Amino acid sequence: MPITVKTFGSAGEAASALSSDRAARYLGGGTLVMRALNEGDISISTIVRANDHALRRIDAAGPRVTIGAGVTFAKILAERDLAFLHAPARSIGGPAVRNMGTVGGNLFAPNPYGDFTVALLALDATVTVQGGFGARNVPIEEFLQSRDRQAGSLVISISCQKPTNSEAFRYRKITRIRPKGGSVITLAAYVPLSSGRLLDARLALGSMAPMPIRARAAERALEGRPLDASSISAAASAITEGTSPVDDALGSAWYRREIAGVHLRRLLSGQE
Amino acid sequence: MSKTALQFRHNGRDVAIFVDGGTNLLVALRELIGDMTPKFGCGQGGCGACSVLIDGELHLACLTLAETVAGRSIETLDGIKQGPNLHPLQRAFADNFAAQCGYCTPGMLMAAKALLDRNPQPSRAEVIEAISGNICRCTGYEPIINAVLAAASSRARA
Repeated sequence: MPITVKTFGSAGEAASALSSDRAARYLGGGTLVMRALNEGDISISTIVRANDHALRRIDAAGPRVTIGAGVTFAKILAERDLAFLHAPARSIGGPAVRNMGTVGGNLFAPNPYGDFTVALLALDATVTVQGGFGARNVPIEEFLQSRDRQAGSLVISISCQKPTNSEAFRYRKITRIRPKGGSVITLAAYVPLSSGRLLDARLALGSMAPMPIRARAAERALEGRPLDASSISAAASAITEGTSPVDDALGSAWYRREIAGVHLRRLLSGQE
Repeated sequence: MSKTALQFRHNGRDVAIFVDGGTNLLVALRELIGDMTPKFGCGQGGCGACSVLIDGELHLACLTLAETVAGRSIETLDGIKQGPNLHPLQRAFADNFAAQCGYCTPGMLMAAKALLDRNPQPSRAEVIEAISGNICRCTGYEPIINAVLAAASSRARA
């Protein structure tokens, strides 16, 4: 069935079009929506697009960075001020997918995709969403919990605080194929030290639940303690608490639980 | 349902077609323009067989909504041979046995071209990274990597 394509000049108009049509889907880089069409997804009858420069803007000069939802991973990799996001951006797809896939779309990518979102979750990013009645800011964790009910609104941008130093933010994607492959598990850790102790440490996991999740129990094991063998051990043994991984072609749920602590330990102790 | 008029440059030549809403660029190239060099592999962005250059940037034609390329320049494998002569990358693929069944070859060549266009002397690791989105089920990749490196070094000598 042919699809109606509606292209707008502004994100606001696109958001209005989305809120008035339940069968409309926003097309960003195409890696999710075009794939759905290629697979015969008949729930999509309208594609909405926006040629809005604001969606492709990167504001990374200050301590808080804002990234337009339509920014591709290739653009992130070309931006020196976003060096802390280069590892997650590089872990996605091959070069073609990085030239197409966007930060906003990644928020909706189902397992085993959505690795960039795992990084943003550990950075406690804020998602700016435009609905029919204006924009609002949503904490990323809250956004993810309701992402399947986001029809009728459009993600405009994502913002987060830059880590104070390169040691404070760490990321690792475990794949079966090098250099590229779907995630067996993905880990991101925000571990800022204040006078030698961890303050507001955040750990995020990908492919350990239907969507990226925070590992709260492991975070509690780190909080207020130095980043040393004993706190890392405590976090590693708590890392699977609250997770619900599944068996898929890349790994079994059992395997994912077994390796999560191992890779968290390596990530936090700075091992390869 | 009306069709949408679409104009773009295809291998240096202006083309104009009418597409149905939702048509992807791969279908537009193969079925409406008749350029059979980009291949349909998975339709999911997983295999790279449909890789083309859009304004010099590597993209997957099967995941590109055709009408988003209006006014842009598309380059496919069909456009890279120079008259009767093979492109140096094609020559290197032949010389290094980098093609067996050949289905991944157009995508591999476009991914390799995208790399060499901006990085004429890549390292082995950079070649591996550049073709990491392209799946080959025959060669085991080594001959392909060697071919891209050989094309780069022959270009350096030329």
